[in-house]
Amino acid sequence: MRVLAAMSGGVDSAVAAARAVAAGHDVVGVHLALSEVPATLRTGARGCCSKEDAGDARRAADVLGIPFYVWDFAARFAEDVVEEFVAAYAAGQTPNPCLACNQKIKFAALLDKALALGFDAVCTGHYARLQDGVLRRAVDPDKDQSYVLAVLGREQLAHAMFPIGDTPKPQVRAEAARLGLRVADKPDSHDICFVPSGDTRRFLTARIGVRPGAIVDATTGERLGEHDGVHGFTVGQRRGLGLTRPAPDGRPRYVTAIEPETGTVRVGPATALDVRTIDATAPVWTSGEPPAATFDCTVQVRAHGGLAPATVHVAGDAVAIELGEPLRGVAPGQAAAFYRGDVVLGSARITATGA
Amino acid sequence: MTTYLDHAATTPMLDAVVAEMSAAMRRTGNASSLHGSGRRARRAVEEARERIAAALGARPSEVVFTGGGTEGDNLALKGLYWARRTEDPERTRVLVSAAEHHAVLDAAEWLGEHEGAEVELLPVDELGRVHPEVLAEAIARDPGRVALASVMWANNEVGTVNPVRELAEVAHAAGVPFHTDAVQAVGILPVDFAASGADALVFTGHKLGGPYGVGALLLGRSVEVTPLLHGGGQERDVRSGTLDTPGVVGLATAVEITVADAQRRTEQLTALRDDLIARVLATVPDARLNGDPGTGEIDGGPSRLPGNAHLSFPGCEGDSLLMLLDAQGIECSTGSACTAGVAQPSHVLIAMGAGESIARGSLRFSLGHTSTQADVDAVVAVIGQVVERARRAGTAAGVL
Repeated sequence: MRVLAAMSGGVDSAVAAARAVAAGHDVVGVHLALSEVPATLRTGARGCCSKEDAGDARRAADVLGIPFYVWDFAARFAEDVVEEFVAAYAAGQTPNPCLACNQKIKFAALLDKALALGFDAVCTGHYARLQDGVLRRAVDPDKDQSYVLAVLGREQLAHAMFPIGDTPKPQVRAEAARLGLRVADKPDSHDICFVPSGDTRRFLTARIGVRPGAIVDATTGERLGEHDGVHGFTVGQRRGLGLTRPAPDGRPRYVTAIEPETGTVRVGPATALDVRTIDATAPVWTSGEPPAATFDCTVQVRAHGGLAPATVHVAGDAVAIELGEPLRGVAPGQAAAFYRGDVVLGSARITATGA
Repeated sequence: MTTYLDHAATTPMLDAVVAEMSAAMRRTGNASSLHGSGRRARRAVEEARERIAAALGARPSEVVFTGGGTEGDNLALKGLYWARRTEDPERTRVLVSAAEHHAVLDAAEWLGEHEGAEVELLPVDELGRVHPEVLAEAIARDPGRVALASVMWANNEVGTVNPVRELAEVAHAAGVPFHTDAVQAVGILPVDFAASGADALVFTGHKLGGPYGVGALLLGRSVEVTPLLHGGGQERDVRSGTLDTPGVVGLATAVEITVADAQRRTEQLTALRDDLIARVLATVPDARLNGDPGTGEIDGGPSRLPGNAHLSFPGCEGDSLLMLLDAQGIECSTGSACTAGVAQPSHVLIAMGAGESIARGSLRFSLGHTSTQADVDAVVAVIGQVVERARRAGTAAGVL
């Protein structure tokens, strides 16, 4: 097969490309330039996007003996990922930009271009297993990224390759070292790649501005404090509420709801976070269609953790999820990913929750 | 089997250059040393200077060796600016053409950001050419405050040649020093420093079959330039640094050979280039040639670089075209500057008034001394299918 290996400059995508080469495919490496103003050197835990990262990807491609190019997706990324991210926060939601990037950039803009240019598949360094169109969790549970791939449909998965999902991270690093890849001991990336400082609230405030509002007690309606904008908050958040007055019962308070229309952030005790029903929209099914109109599965509501047994009802674009046990910190804007065992069935975007 | 059609990026080193440099690299001697070895190195350097001067209509004392084109342009721009402003603090206007190489544009921009320069971009016409009247008008807006004017001899992307002699005359009529980036011109077009009237002219070795990282600034004897690099003052107190004797020797050899051979090669490359353009346009009817058509004459040479074929393929992205051709062993360029390997929309094409689709979907094929009919045939054989495929990718990516 002719395989386009997306190479971020990190160790995972480098080893993924190496495995595609070792499997006998005709591989071309491509680094996606996603920042319109790339920094010269990597700083902190940013995992991509600097010129140094592009250079690291280039050196890995050199070692693998494959052609290498940098493709500019910065404008698409700004529009489809960054602007959407900012807009979702402004609307009181908590988006996951990695999902958007996989859905709109890597397995849409990039995949479409690759297919048109004569490639058969796009290969990435995601930790997930994909065989015969069936997407599974990675064997390394700490690294599993199947959640951020659950937005991919059947056609996208038909042209995807995730060669390292069957390998724990330490072995991936060891393999990179064996292959002579300089990125073998490059630090893992954390945080959001386009927020250089790691300070998401400041990043958002610079784009959304200050939109003051009230923090109120979810049960009594009492005004407890002020804030600079709902984009600084996520359902389930405990830190950074800026409340000086402790709760009457002395227990910590959490964000239980965000109301962007009025700029209100509601806070309450941990028990008020319990969610038993979830409404979601825009479902994507890895097999092309839902397993049934109603089916049982395990639902995962954020990138790490947040699992519960559930019954899912699908009616066109609308998905209603009944949880078998309550989950906390379920934020609108995140994806609800559906699993049966370690098999990914699909996902839908969370719009509302109920107790 | 590689079809190398990127001679404007760098052209293969001439065998004679490799031989002379290899011999020179085995000889010890700092050209500034006073003993026998030093004198031998100095002799080689000075002979190289004289050979270059003779080939390019300059005096030996006007040849300042540099570390290449970018250094030469920076030295000319900043050095002229500082020297002129020192003479008269009012002189802060810097006039450069909008289609310059980044070595000139970014140096000018830096002067604007850090040294109080008022940078004015001289507009080019739809062929990428600066007209003397445009320069005259720009100077006339406030002639006493112009520090310098800079217009490239020939454009590196679209190959259009500028009327350097006339431009230099216009500048001199107002007492303004004139610099020209001749990186694409020397060894290809008839370049005579004295006849051109330029006060500063920059070229580099690797574009004419010489070594990388060695070039020269031709600087009129009466032209004052403030140095960029301070140290031993080796080159006319304008440029410091131990002279790269093998590099300088190789540069001189390359200049001598290419200048002597220029007319014959111009005819040969023009024929190949015109064949390439005609057959690509016949295969891809909506492709178009950018820049001067190449039928005219300027200062005794062609109006377009003889090896340059810069073509736009509407609906395609340059990077797709480049990758598909590269996969077939055909090496060319998207013709514009790169940031971390990303081709940016060409500022040259934009200055020429081209739309986004033309600016994104262009390729520069540049022929040189090793180019053959087989190279042209190789491009013609695949260009149709490559464009068709790139167009599908362009549609997928939403490019019009």
